[in-house]
Amino acid sequence: MYRKDTITAIATPVGEGGIGIVRVSGVGAAEIADRIFRARGSGGLQSHRFYYGDIIDPSSGFLLDEAMVVIMLAPRSYTREDVLEIQCHGGYLVVRKVLELVLSQGARLAEPGEFTKRAFLNGRIDLLQAEAVIELIRSKTEAALAIAQHQREGVLSGRIAAAKEGLFKSLALIEAYIDFPEDDIDLPDNCEIRSAVSECFARIDELLDGFSEGRVLREGVSVLIAGKPNVGKSSLLNTLLREKRAIVTSVPGTTRDIIEEVVNIKGLPVTLLDTAGIRETGDEVEQEGMRLTLEKIPLADLILFVVDGSMPFDDEDRLIKDAVSGCSVLLVVNKSDLPVVVEVPQELAANKTVRISTKSGEGIDCLREALFATFIREGVLEGRDYAALSQVRHRDALERARGHLLSFLQGFGTGVGLEFVALDLREALGALGEVTGETTPDAILDEIFSRFCIGK
Amino acid sequence: MVVYEKKYDIIVVGAGHAGCEAALAGARLGCETLLLSINLDAIALMSCNPSIGGLAKGHLVREIDALGGEMGKIIDATGIQFRTLNTRKGPAVRASRAQADKQRYRLRMKQVLELQDNLSMKQGEVTGLYVKEGVALGVDTKVGVRFLGRTVILTTGTFLRGLIHVGLTSYAGGRAGDLPAESLSASLLEQGFDVGRLKTGTPARLDGRTIDFSRLEIQHGDNPPLPFSFSTDRIDRPQLPCHIAYTNERTHDIIRANLDRSPLYGGLIEGIGPRYCPSIEDKVVRFPDKERHQSFLEPEGLDTVEIYPSGLSTSLPIDVQFALYRSIEGLESVEVMRPAYAIEYDYVDPIQIHSSLETKRVCNLYHAGQINGTSGYEEAAAQGLMAGINAALRTKGKAPLILGRGDAYIGVLIDDLVTLGTREPYRMFTSRAEFRLLLREDNADLRLREKGHEIGLVREEDFDRFCRKRQMIADELERIRSTRLLPSGTDSSFLEEFGLVDLHNGLSYEQLLRRTEFTYQELMRIDSTAAGLPHDVREQVEIQVKYEGYIKRQLEQIERSVRLENSRIPEDFDYAALAGLSSEVREKLLRFRPDTLGQASRIPGVTPAAVSILAVAIKTGRAR
Repeated sequence: MYRKDTITAIATPVGEGGIGIVRVSGVGAAEIADRIFRARGSGGLQSHRFYYGDIIDPSSGFLLDEAMVVIMLAPRSYTREDVLEIQCHGGYLVVRKVLELVLSQGARLAEPGEFTKRAFLNGRIDLLQAEAVIELIRSKTEAALAIAQHQREGVLSGRIAAAKEGLFKSLALIEAYIDFPEDDIDLPDNCEIRSAVSECFARIDELLDGFSEGRVLREGVSVLIAGKPNVGKSSLLNTLLREKRAIVTSVPGTTRDIIEEVVNIKGLPVTLLDTAGIRETGDEVEQEGMRLTLEKIPLADLILFVVDGSMPFDDEDRLIKDAVSGCSVLLVVNKSDLPVVVEVPQELAANKTVRISTKSGEGIDCLREALFATFIREGVLEGRDYAALSQVRHRDALERARGHLLSFLQGFGTGVGLEFVALDLREALGALGEVTGETTPDAILDEIFSRFCIGK
Repeated sequence: MVVYEKKYDIIVVGAGHAGCEAALAGARLGCETLLLSINLDAIALMSCNPSIGGLAKGHLVREIDALGGEMGKIIDATGIQFRTLNTRKGPAVRASRAQADKQRYRLRMKQVLELQDNLSMKQGEVTGLYVKEGVALGVDTKVGVRFLGRTVILTTGTFLRGLIHVGLTSYAGGRAGDLPAESLSASLLEQGFDVGRLKTGTPARLDGRTIDFSRLEIQHGDNPPLPFSFSTDRIDRPQLPCHIAYTNERTHDIIRANLDRSPLYGGLIEGIGPRYCPSIEDKVVRFPDKERHQSFLEPEGLDTVEIYPSGLSTSLPIDVQFALYRSIEGLESVEVMRPAYAIEYDYVDPIQIHSSLETKRVCNLYHAGQINGTSGYEEAAAQGLMAGINAALRTKGKAPLILGRGDAYIGVLIDDLVTLGTREPYRMFTSRAEFRLLLREDNADLRLREKGHEIGLVREEDFDRFCRKRQMIADELERIRSTRLLPSGTDSSFLEEFGLVDLHNGLSYEQLLRRTEFTYQELMRIDSTAAGLPHDVREQVEIQVKYEGYIKRQLEQIERSVRLENSRIPEDFDYAALAGLSSEVREKLLRFRPDTLGQASRIPGVTPAAVSILAVAIKTGRAR
């Protein structure tokens, strides 16, 4: 379907790469650029020029990445719409964060081949490009088909089909009541429908919950080790690495003074970021390192806040405490081999705390458990729920379905006509259908005819 | 074969509900039109229910009327009970239904046809199409006359190789009492059409003098009766009630005991019947737990005792029919005047026609009504009207009129047929219309009057009347937006009743009408201008204001689909040469040959990616 809305997608292949490109097309592209990109040292963006600057989440003010950005205003663009291209640092995590930011600014995830489709519909594609374009779409189609096939066989389609079942039956009850007023069909049982829809709603919620876990398991998490200097951050990193000897890659971070190491913790790929210590200092190089650390804090999925158990909680600790407020934090009290002196302030008490000794190795297993448990709920791995939902596209569809169901549950039984709330159910089924295949009007009629004795 | 000297612009074969609308539309658009019927005494005959309308069907009738068709006017003139269905539900799913005086309906339509300029009627059975090089040039009749026409519209109803079943007895017939059309199917096969078989049925007609109505529940029509047509001011014919009867366990036992004598269960019937209109034996077999089935006893007219018992169609043998009807309370000594029967007939799967209703195989040949696999007078009339319009436009060298799924139920109907085909008799339901909230009976004129006027079917006086209404609606919308209820100038008990006591800045009337509990009834208590407006204007304004959110949502949905709907696929498009399609999708596209990308996207199994590939290919093909 052609829509006038704004679409976006990652234009570069998934995985590690030098740069990753997020492409945006549609009426909202220029506005999104204005909101999320701050060019260094220039005014507004001119069409077809490259700008260097920062990608910033306008809701929080956080810096996501440095990027090169180009805006190509309609009609001089691939789709003949306003097109924005954001070239950010490669690596799936950063690119995905940028994509999610763009999505949060009102863009919709593009369907496979949708940019090309728009290019066609807007009369952009000419004869010379035809062959190449068809090939391009074709390869995307095959990839999409392969994924669809995989999903179909997998857990997801089963789960969604189960969720759809209730919706589908509810819709049939409502439609039968609407369409056959002379066939003595009773007013559908509100409780039955409400409970069926609520159940579906809960199933979708479960799948959406599983999404973060599934994503976490496939793509890993970033864990930043923060703490004042000499508190044992680097030994903690080394301990974790040495413990399992499970180094997958060891690459220098995109920033000079943060070391990234990837370690496998119970199957969870964890990127450990060992940062420069934070403290008051006059040293310029050290200040620069600390600035980088502070910038990275909000991007990390979890902060391991390391304190020295043998010393009182001091101003330097407090500096870090302030920096990590609002983040997901696991408090690590190191040096448990020495007498415990530290008294953790009230604000940190809510966070999970693990006592370790990097020296003796004591508590490291507990730490690994705690770290894992932060991301993966107990029993999830056994239940295979985590594997169900993996594509951002599917999550997108489920979230839309969830929205429609919410709207249904709010309207249903409050005097809003059934034909109106039926629209919510239809749209929810439509959204779920994007994952498992459409529910056709004929299928609804089949259900009606099999349930009700209809006919004059 | 004698070639008739006069050459027609349009030849309509069949004078049922489709044929009559087709012929009238053609003639009114200035085309020399010939209407051929196997029996001129059976024009616009109601072969089954003596009624017009119902859910989604009433919508169709209002749309036919808005475009300048005849059905709504005829039923208004001959209806004997009018009811609005679903009055307790929202405006989109309310629908009109009327009992017709069957004979008066038919005679009235015949009279309108006879008085129509440019229109001739002749009795005759068409035995074959006269086609040369893929172009329809006329038709041949049984008595040896060849009529020449620039376009031909087939509306064959149940007559193509019609086969009637009563129990295990069967005989050829187009309808009880009428001859079938035996040879036309062969002519269609010869042209390469894929011809299939459908089945439908009708109940017995009962002698009303032998029914004890005092033991049945009575059901009156609405008072006052509301007309179908936008041109009718009021209904002044005397009105009759219906009665409600119920089957019981004894009825069901009789049926069960005799299933071996049913042609359906005995395997004699090969045609596929409608699931929404099953025979009583079907209902008993499929829903064994249901203790009783309801039947409306509908009068067939003012001057007849014949009664139509709805829901009790059957193809069981005549002795079983006597027993089963007499097992019903109130019908203990009922006399059957005409037996119930099932009928099988040929149809041409509608994936073989374009949205204009012209066939893909034979140029200038149009199909409408049951030949396209539909059932129902209204579905037939809607297609007949469109076929008549499009045949007329063809003779004038103009592009066809195609209604979209967001324009009308007529659009949904035709799009479903030509995009998906049908394997069972197709009936319209509101659930088939994805833009249901927009396609209401109340706004059929706002949706379609202008189109009907543009092509020249809507009379000037009707159009003027419509324009005045439309203007009044616009003025009233403007007025309620700009008029405010001021607490200071309003009766305090009124304010209290609607929780408006704390109101400081006032509310516009529009804001008031948005509230669920607040209607024009309430507004008129404080606003005298509203009371002076016609009912239909107030109704329209109220609906547009109250349901604005939903209406907007649906309009946005339509907006999104527009581009695909407007992208046409060339008729000779070479799917085989198109790289990138899976073989399953290619096969489907080859079979369905959709007219537009929108249609392609609705064919089950055609993926969005395939539509993208198609889109690009069409565009580049065009550039070439």
